[in-house]
Amino acid sequence: MASTAAVPFWRSAGMTYITYSNICANLVRNCLKEPYKSEAINREKVHFSVSKWTDGKPEKPTIRSDTPE
Amino acid sequence: MLRQLTSRILTKPTTPFFSAAATRRPFSTEVADTSTGDETFVEQWKKVIPNIDPPKTPSQYMKTRPPTPNVLPTKLTVNFVLPYASELSQKEVDMVIVPATTGQMGILPGHVPTIAELKPGLLSVHEGNDVKKYFISSGFAFIHPNSYADILAVEAVPLDRLDQAQVQKGLSEFTQKLSSASTDAEKAEAQIGVDVHSALNFALTG
Repeated sequence: MASTAAVPFWRSAGMTYITYSNICANLVRNCLKEPYKSEAINREKVHFSVSKWTDGKPEKPTIRSDTPE
Repeated sequence: MLRQLTSRILTKPTTPFFSAAATRRPFSTEVADTSTGDETFVEQWKKVIPNIDPPKTPSQYMKTRPPTPNVLPTKLTVNFVLPYASELSQKEVDMVIVPATTGQMGILPGHVPTIAELKPGLLSVHEGNDVKKYFISSGFAFIHPNSYADILAVEAVPLDRLDQAQVQKGLSEFTQKLSSASTDAEKAEAQIGVDVHSALNFALTG
């Protein structure tokens, strides 16, 4: 699209393309039939192992799980 | 040297790691195999770091695409990829119709090179009498001059995996959200919800 064209409504609301496309993808995933739905949602899960460092030594790591919306 | 070792292991998966290292370890004076890829890069590398083998560049792994043919090809070569899967790889089809932001766009062999942003909608792949339909959430389509088309999407599913009841529920939920939204961000999110669900509904019923 040319730069003179009007920006999409989500762009003017301060959303980035990544945010927009991820919201779209999530909504599509939620409209799937089982078992594809849980499969698709599970695929998007992200797990972090986080450990803080004190006095140069790592503490016990904690697992943080982020699921999209 | 390390990259040669790994490439040898990769080519011979049955050989255990250590024996491969012991028997096939190349000498540093050995000429690196640079038969394919970027000759000028390798030359430059050798001038600067003569004692380390040049790294492999993407062009050594990727097959170069054919040049634009003089006659119009009869088939369109399509690559359709998702972050987690490769749905179509170098598939030769008659036509694809992609949901561009400017409207449904049919791509035939010999299409002018274009980059199109895709909106949530129906992607159909026509191959003879077979039509395969996918719903894609958003993405981009790249059309190259040599009748190659790359379609990238965040999420794409064959139409029969969509649940009509969920779509109706989502549509009414987001329509209600849109009327009650107060901030710009909320409005935009609800608007996206309405757009995606209407597109889903249209794809399933229309």
